[in-house]
Amino acid sequence: MKFKTNSPLPGFAPALFYTVLYLALIVVIPLSGLFFKTAELGLAQFWDLISGERVTHALMISFATALAAAMINAVFGLIIAWVFVRYDFTGKGLFDAIIDLPFALPTAVAGIALSTLYSGSGWLGNLFNKVGIEIAFTPIGIVIALTFIGLPFVVRSVEPVLRELEKELEEAAASLGANRWQTLYHVVFPTLLPALLSGFALAFARGVGEYGSVIFIAGNVPYVSEVAPLLIVIKLEEYDYAGATAVAAAMLLISFVLLILINALQAWSQRYKASSGNVNAAPDKGFVA
Amino acid sequence: MEIQLSGISKQFGQFKALNNVGLNIQSGELLALLGPSGSGKTTLLRIIAGLENADIGSVYFDGVDMANTPLRERQIGFVFQHYALFKHMTLRENVSFGLRVKTRAFRRPAAAIRARADELLKLVQLGGLEDRYPHQLSGGQRQRVALARALAIDPKVLLLDEPFGALDAKVRKELRQWLRDLHQQTGVTTVFVTHDQEEALELADRVVIMQKGEIAQLGSVDQVYEQPASPLVFDFLGDSNIIAAQWRGDVVHVGDSAIGAYPSTANTAVLDEGAVDVYVRPSDLRIADAEQAGIDVVVNSIQRTGPIVRAEVSFAHSTFAQSHSTLRVELPHLHHDVPRFQTGATLRLRLMQFSVFAPQTITPVREQLSAPILIGRERERLAG
Repeated sequence: MKFKTNSPLPGFAPALFYTVLYLALIVVIPLSGLFFKTAELGLAQFWDLISGERVTHALMISFATALAAAMINAVFGLIIAWVFVRYDFTGKGLFDAIIDLPFALPTAVAGIALSTLYSGSGWLGNLFNKVGIEIAFTPIGIVIALTFIGLPFVVRSVEPVLRELEKELEEAAASLGANRWQTLYHVVFPTLLPALLSGFALAFARGVGEYGSVIFIAGNVPYVSEVAPLLIVIKLEEYDYAGATAVAAAMLLISFVLLILINALQAWSQRYKASSGNVNAAPDKGFVA
Repeated sequence: MEIQLSGISKQFGQFKALNNVGLNIQSGELLALLGPSGSGKTTLLRIIAGLENADIGSVYFDGVDMANTPLRERQIGFVFQHYALFKHMTLRENVSFGLRVKTRAFRRPAAAIRARADELLKLVQLGGLEDRYPHQLSGGQRQRVALARALAIDPKVLLLDEPFGALDAKVRKELRQWLRDLHQQTGVTTVFVTHDQEEALELADRVVIMQKGEIAQLGSVDQVYEQPASPLVFDFLGDSNIIAAQWRGDVVHVGDSAIGAYPSTANTAVLDEGAVDVYVRPSDLRIADAEQAGIDVVVNSIQRTGPIVRAEVSFAHSTFAQSHSTLRVELPHLHHDVPRFQTGATLRLRLMQFSVFAPQTITPVREQLSAPILIGRERERLAG
C-alpha cells in the first residue's frame, strides 16, 4: 500500500485517522473480541463444537438459503430496477417507497406477516398446499423471508447505475445490428454487473445474519429449518457461551471468505477499468491528418 | 445510397422540433446539417437513422420507404458525439461488435472478423492498440474507434452527430481532414451534424442550414456563404455588422454616402425606396480611397490576435440612427491598411461585399423586401 501524502487535496491525515478509529471502534474491536473469546477454546474444542451435526446443518441452511435468496433477488431486483428506471407508470412513486419497506419494517413483524400468509391455513400457504408444496416451517419459507428482506439491496444498488447508463450505448449496439437480447447481454448486462454483484453481496450478507423474520416462518426444526443465528441464541439461553461464540466465529469466517470471493468477482467484472492504472492516452502512433 | 426525406415533422411535447422538412441527399455526397442548438438538426439525423420516428413524413433509401425498417436493419453507421464506445470491451471487441452480432448464416468466421477489426483499426491509425480499453485512449482516439466500429458493418450511410464536438480545436481539425479523405476513399453517403460553421464549410459538399425546425437554406458551401438567404443564415455563418441604410433610386445609402453598387443579377425590381439593413462581415471592410464612396468612421480600439487584427470603430456622423453604434473590422495582420488603424483616427471604410435585407427593427417598406438580395460586391465593381 502506498500512502499518498503529496496529494494537493488537504485533509488526508485527519480523514485516515478518523476512518481507522471509526472502523476499529465499530467493526474491528467487537469482532476481534469474538475471536479472542473463541481462541480461549482451543482448536480441538472449537472443532468439536462446530462439527456437531446440528451446528453444521444450521450453518448449511443459513448459507444455502441466503445464497438462494440473494440469487432470486439479483434476478428480480434487476427487473424491478429496470422497470423503475425505464418506464413511467402511475403509482411509480408509491411502488418506489414500498421497495424500501423491508428496510424499515421490524423484521419480526415481517416474519409474523409472512408466516401467517404462508402457513398451511394462510392465503398463499393454502394455495401452495393444494399443489403439495409446504412453505412454512421448511427451508423454502426461510428463502422467502430472506428474499423479502434482501430485495431493496439489489434494487437500490442497480438503480443508480442503470439510470446513469448512456442511452447511446444501446442505440449504438442497435445501429450495429444487434437485436434486443444481444444488446442486453453484451452491452447492458456487463455494465450493470458490478452493481448487481454488490447488491447481491449485500443481500447475501444480510440474509446470513437474519434472525427476526426467519424464526417465525422457519418453524426452527433442528436439522431441517433451524438457522445458525437462532442456534446461537439457543446456545446463549442455555448459558453455553463457548458454543455460541464458536458458531458465531464459524459464520464470520465463512461469510468473510464468501464476501472476498464476491469482491474478487466484482473486480473481475470491472477489469477494464483498472487494467493499467494509467488513464492517460495510449501512445499515438503518429497521427497523420 | 440516395436518401429522400419528405414532409418530416416531429414534435416533442409542446416543442416543434421539425416542421415539414423535405430534403434529397445525393448518393456519395458529404452533407452537413448546420444550425444552432434546438434547430432540429440532430432530430433530423436521428430520424434518418431510425433512432426516432417522424410524427409525419417519410424517409426513403433509394426510393424504398424505411417506415417499417428498424434501426438495426438499416445498415447505418452512426457516430455519436460522446463516442458511445462499449467500455468493457477492448478496441478490437468494440470494432468487431457489428460483425459478431450477425446471425450465424451471415457471420464470418472468428478469424476473419478479427482480421477485419484489426484492419479497420489500422485504417483509423490505431494499429497496435487492439487490446486496449476505451478509457485508456484520448478523446480523438476514441472517436476514431467509434468511426472504425461504424465502418465495420459496411454501412450504406454514415451518420455523424456532432462527431468532433467534444474534442479540442487541433484534434478536431486533424479529424476533419481525415474524415474528408476517408469519404473520398470510401464514397459512402455521409451526413454530419454540427453547430460549427467552419466545420460545415470546410468539410461538406453541401450544407443544410436549419433554423427552428425548418431548412433555412440548402446549397453548396459557396452558395450559402456568399448568398445567404436570410439575416439569420448570414449571422450564423460568421460574424456580422448590421448597418441601417436607405434604399433610394436603386442605390443603397448609409447617411449621405452611396455604398451600393449592384450586379445585374440583383432582383432590384421588387425594391422601391425605404429603410434596409446592410449586413457586412468584419473581414469584408477595408479602407476606401479618398474619392470612393464609403462610411466615415472613428477608430475606437485595436486588438491584435495573432494573424488577425481586430478594430472596433464607430460612425463619424451620428446624423442617422443606427441600431448598432459600432462596427467591427478584421484585417490580416500584414495588410497595408493595418498601420492606418490608429485609435482616434478617422477613416472611410468601403464594403467589399455585403447583403441587404429588409430591416428587422422597422416594418418592411414592402412585403417583397423580406425576400433577400445580395447586391454589393466589390469584385464585380472592380471588374466592371
